[in-house]
Amino acid sequence: MTDSLRRADGNPIVRVRGLYKSFGGVEVLRGIDADFRRGEKVAIIGSSGSGKSTLLRLLMTLERPDAGAIEVDGERLWTMRRKGREVPANEQHVRRVRGKLGMVFQHFNLFPHMTVLENVTAAPRIVLGLSAAEATARAHRWLGLVGLDDKVDTHPARLSGGQKQRVAIARALAMEPKVMLFDEITSGLDPLLVGEVLNVLRDLAHGGDVTMLLVTHRMDFAREIADRVVFLDAGRILEQGEPEDLFRSPRHDRTRQFLASIR
Amino acid sequence: MWSWDVAADVLPLLLRGLWVTVQAVFWGMLLALALGLVWSVLRRSRRRVLAAPASAAVEFVRSTPLLVQLYFLYYFVLPGCGVPPSAFLTGVLALGMHFSCYTAEVYRAGIDAVPRGQWEAAAALNLTRLQTYRHVVLPQAIPPVIPALGNYLIAMFKETPLLSAITVVEILQRALNYGSEHFRYLEPLTMVGLLYLLVSLSAAALVRRLEAWARLENA
Repeated sequence: MTDSLRRADGNPIVRVRGLYKSFGGVEVLRGIDADFRRGEKVAIIGSSGSGKSTLLRLLMTLERPDAGAIEVDGERLWTMRRKGREVPANEQHVRRVRGKLGMVFQHFNLFPHMTVLENVTAAPRIVLGLSAAEATARAHRWLGLVGLDDKVDTHPARLSGGQKQRVAIARALAMEPKVMLFDEITSGLDPLLVGEVLNVLRDLAHGGDVTMLLVTHRMDFAREIADRVVFLDAGRILEQGEPEDLFRSPRHDRTRQFLASIR
Repeated sequence: MWSWDVAADVLPLLLRGLWVTVQAVFWGMLLALALGLVWSVLRRSRRRVLAAPASAAVEFVRSTPLLVQLYFLYYFVLPGCGVPPSAFLTGVLALGMHFSCYTAEVYRAGIDAVPRGQWEAAAALNLTRLQTYRHVVLPQAIPPVIPALGNYLIAMFKETPLLSAITVVEILQRALNYGSEHFRYLEPLTMVGLLYLLVSLSAAALVRRLEAWARLENA
């Protein structure tokens, strides 16, 4: 398996091989293999229970795989090399690899006891050791990008859902990850507020070299910004391709059914 | 039969005893708050070598009487450790240890109430577990449980007469000493009761204010 990882073509930022995960006897992921190129924008679609959120959670180390390997920027997540052998990774190693990833959640998960500014500066200060001034400057930059530079002293409870999600995006970006994971980030929003969040994603997709993996139900949006769409079905990647191809002429019945069901 | 002269005579003694009691509770509570936090964090550790002994220790202390713990610490544990026996220090230690097992439960309830998403957001931002406790979880977990912690402050205060068993001359002991010297128990004991009531009520008021303040801070 190590060989198949090394042989994968190009220089992907994220490599996933043979990923399995069960919860309480239910197999949620049943052998996922995938490569994600640097800067690639990938939409991950599939019906609920297909394992798409679980895949992101495994990448973010919120769950541990039962089997399989994840490699980020050339480093395995859960194992490390020591004296030429793969050994279980220590905390330090996991944190170094995890630092290359950032995640935005469906339910925002902002820190309610902190202001908007503190939400965005906390991790850069605590984890990266930035000074207050550096972290604040960085926070202003990202909050400016999501259009919330005027809300720095507000507490999350006073923000709309769309504003909360934009703060959450700024908070994740402030750690300057190489890969951003978006887990159905517009699903919990009032339909009227979805647009402002999608606009931020659009800017990010067009502007940055950050790799974006989005779990989404918004096929129109996937078509618009994704380089590739991955269709997950029952814990496996059933089909993938460029959005136009996959949406216009899906090869599998399951894909066709799914696309028909969400229209 | 109530004599105001006796009451006036005994009051300074009682206040001196009360001061000992208040000091014991102050330090005991500080210890209980700190140690309780340590227990609750250890018990949640994913490492069984940390979680299991912490659970066992808490269960052990909670299932044995404070009076027995006092005797045990005073006569065996501290002398065995080569610590010069101080009744007051032993009392503080025993109160702190005993009540830490209750504050640990209170902290646990507070920590359980913090949504899992908060832990996940902190992990996604690459905070360590300790950093997550310090900056994310505890600031949300503690303010709502301040009233429950305050109840244990008052409970501890009411347990302090037990310290007289290891010769700490706290307020009740003062009253009993006075009684046996002068053959007058009515005034000393009545006043001990009233002083306890006074301190308990003020402590309860203090806790209520703290609670209101914490709510404001967190709003």
